[in-house]
Amino acid sequence: MTVTATSPPKADERVAELGLVGILLRRPEVGAVLGALVVWVFFAIVTPEHWIGLGGVARIVDSSSTLGIMAIAVALLMIGGEFDLSAGVMTGTSGLIAGLLSTQAGLNFWAAAAIALAFALLVGYINGMMVVKTGLPSFIVTLATFFILRGANVGVTKMLTDQVRVSGIDKVAGFGLARQVFNTEITLFGERFWTAFIWWIVLTLIATWILQRTHWGNWIYATGGDANAARNVGVPATKVKIALFMTTAGAAWLVGIMNDVRLRSAVASQGIGQEFVYIIAAVIGGCLLTGGYGSAIGAAIGALIFGMARVGIVFVGWPTDWFFSFLGVMLLVAVLVNNYTRARAEAMTTAMAKARTETEEAEP
Amino acid sequence: MSQAQPLLETQSISKLFGSVIALNDVSFSVRPAEVHCLLGDNGAGKSTLIKILSGVHQPTEGAYFFEGEPVSFNSPREALERGIATVYQDLALIPLMPIWRNFFLGLEPTKGWGPFKRFDADFAKKTVREELLKMGIDIRDPGQAVGTMSGGERQSIAIARAVYFGAKVLILDEPTAALGVKQAGVVLKYVVQAKTRGLGVVFITHNPHHAYAVGDRFTILKRGRTLGTFTKEELSREEMIRLMSGADELDAISHELEEIARREETVDQELAQVDKQLAKTLEKLDDDTGTVQ
Repeated sequence: MTVTATSPPKADERVAELGLVGILLRRPEVGAVLGALVVWVFFAIVTPEHWIGLGGVARIVDSSSTLGIMAIAVALLMIGGEFDLSAGVMTGTSGLIAGLLSTQAGLNFWAAAAIALAFALLVGYINGMMVVKTGLPSFIVTLATFFILRGANVGVTKMLTDQVRVSGIDKVAGFGLARQVFNTEITLFGERFWTAFIWWIVLTLIATWILQRTHWGNWIYATGGDANAARNVGVPATKVKIALFMTTAGAAWLVGIMNDVRLRSAVASQGIGQEFVYIIAAVIGGCLLTGGYGSAIGAAIGALIFGMARVGIVFVGWPTDWFFSFLGVMLLVAVLVNNYTRARAEAMTTAMAKARTETEEAEP
Repeated sequence: MSQAQPLLETQSISKLFGSVIALNDVSFSVRPAEVHCLLGDNGAGKSTLIKILSGVHQPTEGAYFFEGEPVSFNSPREALERGIATVYQDLALIPLMPIWRNFFLGLEPTKGWGPFKRFDADFAKKTVREELLKMGIDIRDPGQAVGTMSGGERQSIAIARAVYFGAKVLILDEPTAALGVKQAGVVLKYVVQAKTRGLGVVFITHNPHHAYAVGDRFTILKRGRTLGTFTKEELSREEMIRLMSGADELDAISHELEEIARREETVDQELAQVDKQLAKTLEKLDDDTGTVQ
C-alpha cells in the first residue's frame, strides 16, 4: 500500500469537489426542503394576498405544529426501523383519559394528565415489547393497538358520559396553568399564534441534537440500519426500539393534552387517520420506510408542507375534498425526489471510491 | 507448546440447541501473538464455538477461561469489555451510516457533561482517518457511507476498529470468504499485523491456503467435535486439506463409485452374453425357417 504517499493531494481535490453539492445532496431532508419551497412559491403566486406576510405564516404554523411534533417522534421511530399505526389514535386516548379523569372523577387536571402520560407510556412499552419479543412486524402489532384503542375511546367515553365527547375540561382545577404551559394564544408582531409551535421547534431541535450529536442517535440509526449488526457490537437494540415506541406514545400524549387545553373538550374520534399523515410527513422528510435513514428536521419540514397545503387550499377556495389527493401526489413526488437524490449521492461517493481503487491498482 | 499462558481457553465445552448437539467436548485456546485457525466444513460448529467465545451464546457444559480466570459472558458487550472482539462475516457495519459513525458504534467517545454530553464527532472523524491510515487505507472522507466501500476495505475497517478498541483477542469469522485474491491478501496482511501487535487471533476460514499462510496452530472441527489441534510443524498443507475436506468420506464415496462401475461392468458382460445367445437363437430360427421354405 504505497498509495498513501502519493495520492493525498489528488484526494483533497476530490473531497473539495464533493463538498458543496455532495454534502447538500447527501442530507436526507433535501427533498423536503425543495418540496416546501415549491409549495410555498406556488401558493404565493396563486394567492399572494393571504400568503405573503405574517398572517399567512401564523396560519401555516398553527396548522403544522401538532402534526410536526408527532412527525418528528414518528421519524425517530422510523429511523429506528419500526412503524406506529396507533400514534394517531393515541393522541385521542391521552386527551380522553385526561379529560374524563378530570371532569368525571374530579381530579386536578395535572394529576389526570400525569395518569394519561403513564398510560400512554405503558401502551408504547407494550407496543415495543410485542414487536421485539414476538418478532412480528410493527405494522401488525400497532394496527392491533390502533383498533383496540379506537374501540375503547368510543366505548369508554360513551359509558361514562353518554356522549362521544368530553366537554367542560376548562372548568376543572389546574386547567389554567396547563393551558399556559401546553398551548395558549400569544400575540407576536400583531398576529395570533398558538404556543404549540414553540414546543414543535424546541422538540425538533432536541430530536436533531439527539440524532446527530449523541451516542443515542448513533444507536437509533444503527438499530434501524441493521439491528443484528448493531447488537453484535454491543448496541442495546431492543431497548432502543422500546424507548422509541415510548417516545412516540409520549409525543401523542403531549399532542392530546394540547388539544384538550385548546379545544376545552375532547372527542372520541380524535386522531383517527392521522397516523398515516405522520408517516407521510416523515417520509417526505427523507425517512426510509426500511429504517436507518432520515432526519427530524426533514420530518418537521414534511409537516410544514402539510400545513401549507391544508391552509393554502382553503385560501385559494378550492374544495377541501381534494386535500387528500393532494397529499397523495405530494407523497409520491417526495419519495421520487428522495430516491433520486440518494441515488445521486451514492453514485458520487461510489465514483470516488472507484477512482481511488483505480489509482490503487495502477500504483504497484 | 509451553510458551505463554493462553489468553482464552475453553475446556470440553458442549452446546445443545434443544436436542441438536452443535458442539461436543471441544477444547480450544489462543495465546498472545498467535494466529489460531479454526477450520471445518459447513455445520461443523465453527459459528457456535465463536458465538460462545464472543458471549452471544453460553456453553451448556464445560469451562471457559479468559486470562486464566473462569468467565461467563451474558452478552457480546461483556466479552468486548474484557477485550474479546469479534469481526463477524456481516462485519457488524451499517451500510447506510458513515465510516466514523460505524467505527465508534457501541463505544462512542463523548465530551461535555450532563444533558450536554455529546458524541465527539470531530475526534471520531480524526481518529478514523488516522487509524485506517495506519493500516494503509487512505479514506479522504470519513462521512462516506460504508455501503459504498469495497469488501476488503470494509473488512479492514472492522479489524481496525477491533484493534483500536484494545482487543486482546480478535475473532475473525471468515474474513476472506467473499474476497478476490488481491483483497484477501490485504486482509491476511492485517491478520499478521494484529498478531505482531501481540493480539491473539482466532481465524475462522474455509480456505486452507489462507489458513496455512498465516496460521500458527490449527484446530479442525467436524460435526461438532474437534479432530484435534495441530501446530504448523505437525501438519502439512496436504494433510490439512485432507482432514478438512473429510478425506475418509471422500474415500468412501470413491469406493462406492468404483463399486457402481464394477457392477455396471458385470451387467455389461451379462448383457453381451444375452446378446450372443439371442443372435444364436435367431440364426437357428433363420436356418429352421429356411429349411421349411
